[in-house]
Amino acid sequence: MSAPPQKNFRPADMDRKAPNSAKPQTPSGPHSAEDKAGGSVKLVHAVGMHARPAVKLTKLAKRFRSKIAIRVVGAEDWIDAKSVAKVMAMRAPCDSTIEFVATGADARPAVEALQALIASDFSDSEG
Amino acid sequence: MGPVVRLSFANAGERRPSRDEAGALRAALARAARDLAALAAQTDEQAAEFLEFQLALIDDDAVIGPALGRVADGVAADLAWRHVMDELISDYGANPSEYVQARRLDVADLRDRVVGALQGQAAAAAPPPGAIVVADDLPPSRFLEIDWSAGGGVALSRGSAASHSAMLARARGVPMLVQLGALPQAGQALLDAEQGFVELDPSDAQLRAFALRRAAPAARNEERFDARRATYRGDAVRLMINIEGPESLSHPAAQFADGVGLMRTELLFEGRDQAPDEETQFAAYAAVLRWAGERPVTIRTLDAGGDKTIRGLSEPGELNPFLGLRGLRLSLRRPDVFTAQLRALARAAIIGNLKVMFPMVTAPHEFVAARTLFHRTVEALREAGTAARVPELGMMVEVPAAALTIADFPATFFSIGTNDLTQYVMACDRTNGAVSDLFDPMGAAVLELVRRVVDHGRASGKAVSLCGDVAGDPRHVLALLNCGLRELSMSPSSLAAAKGAILASSSETRLV
Repeated sequence: MSAPPQKNFRPADMDRKAPNSAKPQTPSGPHSAEDKAGGSVKLVHAVGMHARPAVKLTKLAKRFRSKIAIRVVGAEDWIDAKSVAKVMAMRAPCDSTIEFVATGADARPAVEALQALIASDFSDSEG
Repeated sequence: MGPVVRLSFANAGERRPSRDEAGALRAALARAARDLAALAAQTDEQAAEFLEFQLALIDDDAVIGPALGRVADGVAADLAWRHVMDELISDYGANPSEYVQARRLDVADLRDRVVGALQGQAAAAAPPPGAIVVADDLPPSRFLEIDWSAGGGVALSRGSAASHSAMLARARGVPMLVQLGALPQAGQALLDAEQGFVELDPSDAQLRAFALRRAAPAARNEERFDARRATYRGDAVRLMINIEGPESLSHPAAQFADGVGLMRTELLFEGRDQAPDEETQFAAYAAVLRWAGERPVTIRTLDAGGDKTIRGLSEPGELNPFLGLRGLRLSLRRPDVFTAQLRALARAAIIGNLKVMFPMVTAPHEFVAARTLFHRTVEALREAGTAARVPELGMMVEVPAAALTIADFPATFFSIGTNDLTQYVMACDRTNGAVSDLFDPMGAAVLELVRRVVDHGRASGKAVSLCGDVAGDPRHVLALLNCGLRELSMSPSSLAAAKGAILASSSETRLV
């Protein structure tokens, strides 16, 4: 599990979101600061990133409060994993490897859940 | 066969901004979400897939955020939403994946649904079971709102065989015809998707004939597609397709075409606040050329005006728009828009076998002006170090004056557009059903002009093709070949039947 280099971590639209999804003002306890987690998983879905998988992935990502960025290994830009408009347009051919970077209190469980979803070929048990 | 129900989904109505535009947009989004969720709950897997995609889009901060941001900047809610959706459509259009490109239809559907909600459009009354739905176009989510269990069918003035609605209709066995042009008012309609026509207020004889055909169904067009090359009297006949954009190429028959005889570019310009930029256009042209490989692709420059109004471009308030600023006339008046299109075409010309033609050419000097502009555009591109070339330049022949003086035009090829040529020769508005009995593209007057152009092509060695609706009509194909034509361009859904008619005739001749 190689964490991608930090300098590339600039998910495009994360800073200009609707107010209601802005970063929650969590009470700043000693452990609630930015946790960071990364991971990658091979995409097995036969048709790449089509509508249903894209919807499932973004829905799952939205359950977490962390910022989550996603890309196909080798791609230049990170994509907001919570935006179906952007995930849909991601070039993710079958057999490509998808990597995630999450930042926030629930970063680790977020990455694990997304990895599990993709590894299970977007099975319904996850969605 | 069923009662005609006319539906309109146009969002042309003016909307007065309210005092709380952000609230209005949120309410419209909520209403759209409610309607879509209700639809998704009662439909099958295939249809639910893109309804869920639309639902997810409505809930996507990367979409709603920028829309609300524009509203906060003082833009009206419908314009802000339209802008954000159109940007997404244009992004998807530039995506190399055909699948992603096809999602533009879902985005456009969602765009119009929300704009409709903003304009306070009441949900349209559901057509009665078994109705023949007549509309300009039928967005996929609207298709799903209709109960098809009792039969019925769809007749669209525009639409595309590659649309999501068409896919859904095929999957459900709902007969659907697209690109029919204007359909006059009628009480009843007989829709024969097998033969590809709709008969309004049919006679008893037509009903009997239909019942007979139904009893002995012919093989489906796709299934009886014949891979042999079409020939007529020993000449190869090239059967090309008319397309609206890259998405038309997903029609199963498209792969059998000998090339693209007419790629319209109006769809690229529709539903936006401003003309598509050079890159958006380039991506669309490049996608078609890559698909075609070595096969020729003829792209027609923008044919706006007439009945194809394009916001911010076509001249509003013309008394006779068909006789006004349309096609090349309009493009020459708008060198900014025209040059962007020519730049995109000149760059795409590097990729494949591109030909470009101009619509509504009336006088030779118009063609020369367009050609000069094209050459200058290519020079400018090259000076800036961009690869570009001038493709073969031809013209549509649809104005009688052009047909009558065809030898005066320095075009390298001609494409006869019988739909407009007929309207101008017969003085019949093709969108006015009241004069449709006079609108006869196979009448002696129109064919006289077709022959004139074909004869000039023979004599001068210039290619002549025909791309009107009659080109794909199996009843007329042989008559057109008898005029001397050897290249016909038609909608992909007509290809199999037209080819079948030609192959059948040549095997008969051999037997004699």
